[in-house]
Amino acid sequence: MKKKMRVIINGEPHDYEEGCFLPQLLASYEVKGSVAVAVNERLVRRAQWQDYCVQDGDRIEIVRAVVGG
Amino acid sequence: MTTDELQLGGKILSSRLLMGSAGFADMATMQEALRAGSAGMVTVAMRRLPHGDANEQHKIWKDYVILPNTAGCETPQEAVLTAQLAREALGTDWIKLEVIGDKESLLPDPEGLLTAARQLVSEGFVVLPYCSDDPMLCRHLESLGCAAVMPLAAPIGTGLGLRNPHNIRLIRSAVACPVIVDAGIGAPSDACLAMELGCDGVLVNSAVARAKDPIGMARAMKNAVIAGREAFLAGIMPSSTETRSMSSLNDMIDCS
Repeated sequence: MKKKMRVIINGEPHDYEEGCFLPQLLASYEVKGSVAVAVNERLVRRAQWQDYCVQDGDRIEIVRAVVGG
Repeated sequence: MTTDELQLGGKILSSRLLMGSAGFADMATMQEALRAGSAGMVTVAMRRLPHGDANEQHKIWKDYVILPNTAGCETPQEAVLTAQLAREALGTDWIKLEVIGDKESLLPDPEGLLTAARQLVSEGFVVLPYCSDDPMLCRHLESLGCAAVMPLAAPIGTGLGLRNPHNIRLIRSAVACPVIVDAGIGAPSDACLAMELGCDGVLVNSAVARAKDPIGMARAMKNAVIAGREAFLAGIMPSSTETRSMSSLNDMIDCS
């Protein structure tokens, strides 16, 4: 039985099993279109998503372009 | 035939009117307004998802040169990370850099702006900083390697127009890079005046989005920018307090 961990995604707490990599997490978060991801205030390039193992307490930001001035 | 296109960061823009994409009643109105204004670039913001239908918006923006912004960022760290995220999501090195002092005035924070600009230029970004109408600040931003400076006409969203045309003129003299007046434009005459002063472009959002007829206003802004640019190139006559008739006052009829 894998241990649970808590991560903050876009300001909201979410629970995942330990050993989760970014693509799994993003898949469960309904990511559409061109998005970019930062973990703990650092950009994680798309090519590196598969190598990033999410850690307990990580603060993850998933953003995309919206209307703006 | 001479061309008078705006060259910015290695790109030639199709129009000197840059437009924001926020605040329109719906996507169809935004799309029509961008078309009516012949927007040379269109600004977008980076926000957490979910937030509207991003796929739908991307379809609309694909016809334009997209300029992501760092709107709302209050520290250089936030602005730099937002720029990095924008580059990753949109595949562009271009960034309209905003570092605001606080969320009430929305006025640019000069110190934070310089710090963020220095960092982003070192990371290869084409940096277009939204800044105060301060000629010396603009000179610093240019020397850091910014591709243009974007002084405000007035605080964001006020529509107060060019509050200090003399400073805009001084900025035009102080830097060699393009000067694009951003924020505070209300009427087409404001945009026209900015161009008459020698600015290279104007960025509008609220003035169009909040007009009764945004599409008509986008067209008016486009025409104002063209008129102002042509007037600048044609050379506006020097003003004087002395009257001077253009019709000869000799050989007049005499009814005395």
